[in-house]
Amino acid sequence: MSDMTPETVRHLAELARIALTDDEITRLAGELSAIVDSVEAVQKVAGDDVPPTSHPIPLGNVFREDVVGQTLSTEDALAGAPDHDGSRFRVTAILGDEQ
Amino acid sequence: MSDLTRWSASELSAALTSGEISSVEATTAHVERIDATDGILGSFLARAEGALAHAADVDQRRSAGEALSPLAGVPIAIKDVLCTTDMVTTAGSRILEGWVPPYDATVVSKLRAAGTVFLGKTNMDEFAMGSSTEHSGYHVTKNPWDITRAPGGSGGGSAAAVAAYQAPIAIGSDTGGSIRQPAAFTGTVGVKPTYGGVSRYGVIALASSLDQVGPVSRTVRDSALVHDVIAGHDPRDSTSIPTPWVSMTAAADEGAALADLAGLRVGVVKQLQVKGTQPGVHQRFDEAVALMSAQGAEVIEVDLPHMDYAVAAYYLILPAEASSNLAKFDSVRFGLRVNPGGGATVEDVMSATREQGFGDEVKRRIILGTYALSAGYYDAYYGSAQKVRTLIQRDFATAFESVDLLISPSAPTTAFPLGEKLDDPLAMWAGDITTIPVNLAGIPGMSLPMGLSPEDGLPVGLQLMAPAYEDHRLYRFGAALERLFQQRDGSLVYQNAPEVV
Repeated sequence: MSDMTPETVRHLAELARIALTDDEITRLAGELSAIVDSVEAVQKVAGDDVPPTSHPIPLGNVFREDVVGQTLSTEDALAGAPDHDGSRFRVTAILGDEQ
Repeated sequence: MSDLTRWSASELSAALTSGEISSVEATTAHVERIDATDGILGSFLARAEGALAHAADVDQRRSAGEALSPLAGVPIAIKDVLCTTDMVTTAGSRILEGWVPPYDATVVSKLRAAGTVFLGKTNMDEFAMGSSTEHSGYHVTKNPWDITRAPGGSGGGSAAAVAAYQAPIAIGSDTGGSIRQPAAFTGTVGVKPTYGGVSRYGVIALASSLDQVGPVSRTVRDSALVHDVIAGHDPRDSTSIPTPWVSMTAAADEGAALADLAGLRVGVVKQLQVKGTQPGVHQRFDEAVALMSAQGAEVIEVDLPHMDYAVAAYYLILPAEASSNLAKFDSVRFGLRVNPGGGATVEDVMSATREQGFGDEVKRRIILGTYALSAGYYDAYYGSAQKVRTLIQRDFATAFESVDLLISPSAPTTAFPLGEKLDDPLAMWAGDITTIPVNLAGIPGMSLPMGLSPEDGLPVGLQLMAPAYEDHRLYRFGAALERLFQQRDGSLVYQNAPEVV
């Protein structure tokens, strides 16, 4: 059985930067408990001698020529931003009161 | 002139080349078709404003004697997961509502260079997470065969558009079946190429080691035409394969001309005929196997024992990669920003934005992926899933030593009713069992229609699987099978779809 308690979900949501509501946390704890129980089967199949696969078609050391390529203009890069000052993205305070 | 929306891309291409029709005529017919039907179906999230101008431009270039590619002037629909500089791109998510990307996906650039005419962006499950298109942040797409049923997902919009003659061809993306399962549900053809065969640059990433872009169409040859345009090495995608590809269109033409299937060795994957498969799906699959045998193919059953763990491995690997990929939606560089006020820090704003901008399925998978990657659990979940992935690859490699092609039903059922699985994620995910192993292994797969299920009269899909780099086998034998099904049934499956209006 998984340890997917509401407290665990609350912690994971903080790590994932999603301000879940209490109702969502309660619902997700139930759903994710069942999901984690069902995916736990992967632990029983492969022994230590089986290497992991991270990419299906492995390509080693993919490089390009060290030359300046086409890049976005500042204007284009900022065009979709919620807020900017014409040359930089603008955000709210980085540090809160307690920091 | 007959209704141009009923023409295949191949037919439109030939008539455009000969001057029998213009691109403006072909495009106008499809635009009017979308106007008349999309209020019911909801295939599109955005429409291209410049479609007729683009068509006129292609016509002018043709009349000026310019050498054009085969798909020049042919209309196409694009899944909303691909970045387009002239159309809003949202990946079906509210967090990207109204966003116009500053660059085109490489696939989009290739389609523009080939002179295809964009009709619009098609609906999808949010960030391609889903199997019914019901998880779109905007609206539900209906299945043209029965508007009370799902068109499949995540690419339900592209599949519905092609099935309902809103577009002759479309682009999809397939992370665990998002091209093939909608194709099966709508009586159309869909192909997931070899991983790395088509560039992922400018494709909003779901799970980077699984995602692959591919064609959606009504006929095998039409998918081949699209495949030939979009495939090829892209230095902007570090996972793009630097291998030249043979012509898929030529492979389809050769396959359609085959007298029979003599010499073809086909493996039926035992584990992909899963418990709970609909009787009519079983029946049509058995009939397809019998047809192949009667045509000279040698059909054997193959045992791929680790397929039973594919769904579990997939639903660890996908959420893990997705939780990382979707971290970019942080309210800083693009998309939604929600400021909860009261001196909120950038992290507070980020958390409020993601709470409001993401739907339930996206939140579920991000939290699951964050769990699978967290300290103390990484080896047990993500690490174990990656080992299962190795075992699945080995299963396929062993099978392909003795067969040329593997087959299975594309999906265990026909299109299910809208709403049926919406509140039960495990039931929704379980239906992906037939398509997921192909993505885990990186091999190419095709779904093509093999008949209608007797219980409900809905299309049933046959999945063909080939070794990596052997995409042309899918087109060769897909085209051969399509012709055999047509001879057997007197028509192709898509031709039996009911009229939407």
